Amino acid sequence: MNWRRTVAIGRKEFIQVRRDPRSLLIAVLLPLIQILLLGYGARLDADHIPVYVYDQEASQNSQALLKHFQASRYFDVIKVVDNYPALVRAIDADRCKLGVIIPWDFSRRLDDAHRTQVQALVDGTDDNSAQLAVGYAQAVVGAYSDDIQLQWFALKGISQQATQPLSVDYRTWFNEELESKNFIIPGTIALVMALMGALLSSLTIAREWERGTMEQLIATPATATEIMMGKLLPYFVIGLFDAALCTAFAVGWFAVPFRGSLGTLFFTTGLFLVVILGIGYMISVATKSQLGASQYALLVTLLPTSMLSGFAFPIDQMPAPIRAITYVVYSRYYVSALKGIFLAGSGVRDLAPEIAAMAVYAGVIVFFATRAFRKSLR
Amino acid sequence: MNDAVVKVDRLTKHFAGRPVVEDLSFAVRRGEILGLVGPDGAGKTTTLRILAGVLPADSGAARVADQDVIRDPEAVKSRISYMAQRFGLYEDLTVDENIRFYAELFEVAAAVREQRARELLAACGMTPFQRRLAGQLSGGMKRKLGLVCALIHTPQILLLDEPTTGVDPVSRRELWSILYSLVFQGVTVLISTAYFDEAERCHRLLLLHRGRLLFCGTPAELKGKLPGAVLSLASSEPRRLRAALAGADGVLSAMAMGDALHVVVDDPARRIPELREQLGAAGLGFGDITTMGATVEDVFAYMVSRQEAERGR
Repeated sequence: MNWRRTVAIGRKEFIQVRRDPRSLLIAVLLPLIQILLLGYGARLDADHIPVYVYDQEASQNSQALLKHFQASRYFDVIKVVDNYPALVRAIDADRCKLGVIIPWDFSRRLDDAHRTQVQALVDGTDDNSAQLAVGYAQAVVGAYSDDIQLQWFALKGISQQATQPLSVDYRTWFNEELESKNFIIPGTIALVMALMGALLSSLTIAREWERGTMEQLIATPATATEIMMGKLLPYFVIGLFDAALCTAFAVGWFAVPFRGSLGTLFFTTGLFLVVILGIGYMISVATKSQLGASQYALLVTLLPTSMLSGFAFPIDQMPAPIRAITYVVYSRYYVSALKGIFLAGSGVRDLAPEIAAMAVYAGVIVFFATRAFRKSLR
Repeated sequence: MNDAVVKVDRLTKHFAGRPVVEDLSFAVRRGEILGLVGPDGAGKTTTLRILAGVLPADSGAARVADQDVIRDPEAVKSRISYMAQRFGLYEDLTVDENIRFYAELFEVAAAVREQRARELLAACGMTPFQRRLAGQLSGGMKRKLGLVCALIHTPQILLLDEPTTGVDPVSRRELWSILYSLVFQGVTVLISTAYFDEAERCHRLLLLHRGRLLFCGTPAELKGKLPGAVLSLASSEPRRLRAALAGADGVLSAMAMGDALHVVVDDPARRIPELREQLGAAGLGFGDITTMGATVEDVFAYMVSRQEAERGR
């Protein structure tokens, strides 16, 4: 391979990207938009869940329970209504996700039987949020229940320390705050790489055919490998730049922890880019049309990366057949590496399986990509 | 021909089952300008593409600059230059950037590139446009830029596919003067054209029609192939005259040319009175009949009509 010709082709390709507003948009603006949208939009936490309360008793005890709901950061008590239909209407109209009903004999049963109940109506349209809401509601009620128990023990003269015989003292690692943004944003970089890399590289060969410059290029001594390398070189550099840009945004704007090394980040990103650019290039060679190529490219890169890479939907929770498919989705290894680098501070040694998988993928793709393009008309 | 730098032997190429180039053989000497002449579909572009190594042939042999382009199409590419019919340069690159790109692909040293680019741009009258985007150049200037890019690495052989189509007369003259100076330096030029007047500028001609070779030789030899003489009949409706003369005795071929009909006849002295009589009887008016020197186009029309008559027989 002749480097001088390769660099010349790369230089030409870079000038074309720089002068093409569409390509510039894909290279610089799209990654920013993606990271901002997904950083803000794709959150799985449920907090500030809107709550309506129907307090049939309106006693000191029911007010105390209400205060517990109001104090929780997971709930916003929107309104206290005085009839059941009003509560149902609020749920129907999506004004609240949770309806709490405190029965009229709430305090009396507490005094008589030392047991009482509250009812919760949950909007189960979104099962994930509904489960979270029920869990949080149980925690709030449980905390109030503990308070009451403590008061009783105090009345009987039992010391407060002896109340809980057994409890779990837990510590969360890697994502201490258990915030879903820390889980999602690192994986977003994979999405940015897949979209940007595949879109831009899928245009390269098709553009030469469409604009009629291919015949002239074929007539030069540049080899097929030089043409491929030269054409992908600028996108490789742009990809690394975008990775740096997204990392800066993740850390600087969204306060996602970055505990690994930049070296590991760029190394794994480079491997992933080889796979993505190789795929985009082969599609470009095969379709010869820019529009067709970009559509195929999105189908084989963005789709699996967003659905099956574990970037937002954990692979562990997928059904077994789907989980089996994810092993051939190259992005899962990169997403897993990204999460490791950002949150767990994983180094090259920790990521050996992911790196090995991506290296095998890259090898196969390069093998086929170098053979894809033939320097001939028709 | 021992000093042939291009040697083609029984070259054949089909597209979709139809022959585009059929059994074509010819040779080109060093420093020659060979014109590939013929109408659209004659096989000019296909022949040049095969010689440039961008299109594989079906059968036959072709050696270009001591390389077998059929077996190893890549080996020839650094020694020759091919300019495709369609403008193949990057419209979103400037004139300078295009030149530099091709210079790098052919590994031209920077100093050589700068000097050659300066000379070639000056010869084309394009020096003031170096920083202009290629897409903003006129049609003629795009062609000239293509030629500059094709010549930046000093090729031994230059293959030009209809370089003057859609080019203004001034640019055309500049193009030809560049070609002549190249030939003076020993460069061999294969140029295709659909313009018959341009064929006269070539050293030798290859007349092609539907993929077959009609004639190969100098323009003078070509004109000698014409038996009899060319008559020009001034008329405002040459096509009607032509229809009336179809099949007339001694008329070898007839071709409408603007406000005249060119008629090739075997014996002008005998046929002129006959033509007058025949056209007069048909009620067709016409002006002067003049005898004129044959043009390449006249001979081409004659050869095509003769070939078709032979095939029809």
